[in-house]
Amino acid sequence: MSAVVSTAPRRAWSFRQPSVIPGFGLTLGFTLTYFSLIILIPLIALAVRSAGLGPEGFWKAATDARVLGSLRVSFVTALMAAGVNVVFGTLIAWVLVRYRFPGRRIFDAIIDLPFALPTAVAGIALTAIYAPNGTVGVLFAPLGWRIAYTPAGIVIAMIFIGLPFVVRTIQPILEEVSHEVEEASATLGANRFQTITHVIFPSLMPAILTGFALAFARAVGEYGSIIFIAGNIPFVSEIAPLLIYIRLQEYNYVGATVIATVMLMISFALLFAINLIQAWSRRRYGYGN
Amino acid sequence: MEVRVQNVRKEFDRFQALHDVSLDIRSGELIALLGPSGSGKTTLLRLIAGLETPTAGKVFFGDTDASEKTVQERNIGFVFQHYALFRHMTILENISFGLKVRPRSSRPPAGEIRRRAMELLDLVQLSGLEKRYPNQLSGGQRQRVALARALAIEPAVLLLDEPFGALDAQVRRELRKWLREIHDRTGHTTVFVTHDQEEALELSDRLCVMSQGKIEQVGTPDSVYDHPTSPFVFGFIGESSELPVTVENNELWVGGRAIGIPAGDAQPGEARLFFRPHDIELVEADASLAGVVSTSRRVGGTRRVELEIGGGGHHVEVDLPFDHPAGEKTRLAFRPRRWKLFPAK
Repeated sequence: MSAVVSTAPRRAWSFRQPSVIPGFGLTLGFTLTYFSLIILIPLIALAVRSAGLGPEGFWKAATDARVLGSLRVSFVTALMAAGVNVVFGTLIAWVLVRYRFPGRRIFDAIIDLPFALPTAVAGIALTAIYAPNGTVGVLFAPLGWRIAYTPAGIVIAMIFIGLPFVVRTIQPILEEVSHEVEEASATLGANRFQTITHVIFPSLMPAILTGFALAFARAVGEYGSIIFIAGNIPFVSEIAPLLIYIRLQEYNYVGATVIATVMLMISFALLFAINLIQAWSRRRYGYGN
Repeated sequence: MEVRVQNVRKEFDRFQALHDVSLDIRSGELIALLGPSGSGKTTLLRLIAGLETPTAGKVFFGDTDASEKTVQERNIGFVFQHYALFRHMTILENISFGLKVRPRSSRPPAGEIRRRAMELLDLVQLSGLEKRYPNQLSGGQRQRVALARALAIEPAVLLLDEPFGALDAQVRRELRKWLREIHDRTGHTTVFVTHDQEEALELSDRLCVMSQGKIEQVGTPDSVYDHPTSPFVFGFIGESSELPVTVENNELWVGGRAIGIPAGDAQPGEARLFFRPHDIELVEADASLAGVVSTSRRVGGTRRVELEIGGGGHHVEVDLPFDHPAGEKTRLAFRPRRWKLFPAK
């Protein structure tokens, strides 16, 4: 590539690279319009609306004790849920890819159900099960562990809705990790554990990061299933999306947009960081080659 | 280390991949497992490596029964057709992997591992690329890294599964020569699988020709080429022409004509005559194979001519000097200089 560039006469930088694929203008135009209508304009409106308060007012609204409490609950539980999902989602993807057992296809299809199920249904079902008198809650109640109506319940709901994201991002990559690479590792004397930690796991890392980012983003934005199981006690188990809803019901639209903007900024910063790590690892491992 | 494969059988589900195969591999030799796809050559290699377990039979490394050992314990170097390099590791890390994963008791110190890896990198002529990643190398370079990685653990046996199969012809020829050099320098017992007879003939000390899960013939390239013991080997190794003949009165007959070839100790009746297209002489005698040219092609330095022999519609190929005037419909008479007779099917 570089040789071609150096021998060609230098031209002014052109927005459009010569290509045999037609429709560059049309597709770019469509993409930008669509992207603006669906994502950019609503987000800008949100920022503009909250900026109406002025920097001082914004800061005051954003650092309100209840707001901070809800943000902490939201992000801490979402990180925990994404962390749990990464571990067990990887495990499930591994089992689905590597082993053949009766009912595997049904099991595989069930993984996607959290995508399709109305989240309120999931919330009610989880609450019923994990409540102190529920099927699973009963087991933990004698130990003094309460799951429903505590942050633990929030984490459970977030794990439920985030699991498919992790499994579905890791599964195809795991299928692609060639069997030969594992065999090569074995012939070189590496035991099973070393093969997993030194060979398989590093090649799954980019997919695991993507799964983490998706599960995390989904969990931060989740509302429907959590409000049933959380108990919604301010400073303890009240999530930021719920507080936004409460502000809206109080007709405090600006207060709502401030929380939303702060959430957006934190989420964007985290996702951007994860994307950077991914880009770096992808460049290094040379994926698609 | 010598390797003995003893009465090994391998079944996949109900498919018989290997039928009762025995093979002695001598210490320090370079032996090729050659055969068409589905002949069981790769299965045999993987059984020696321990990547497959035999349904029946044993594999010995020296005097020890390796059948009981896992892949890890066998201490073999295996090179895969598609390199199977660890793409998240640098070239140097790839080569030192086998030493780094050893238990603490037998692991050399880090400096020593690095020194040995650099030495091997030098051996495979890739010095200076130790910090690159596999995807930054060409196919030929990657395969050299794979070989260096396999050699790093000082394997008892080096096993190569179609090592040049994924490379283009030019690189393949270069690497072939280079592999032979490496073998002569390091002296590892080496088994490699190939379906390319030219590669096997040029590279190996001995060939093991396989077909349909059985060993057809084992021998030096010369003996396999000059004295094939079965019609399959005659047809598979090198160019060959085949003609149905009749044995009678200690002579061979085609279409009611004696062709001037003694039958030797062949039984009277139907038989199959095999010869090499280039190993013939044109004769004027009556007792010869005579035919009419049906096609004629220039192949490099010779002219390959297809002759229709007798009225039976049998075609054979023979090689003529490229400036031979034979054209279509020309009548030619020839006799093979060397031939081989096999019983009819």
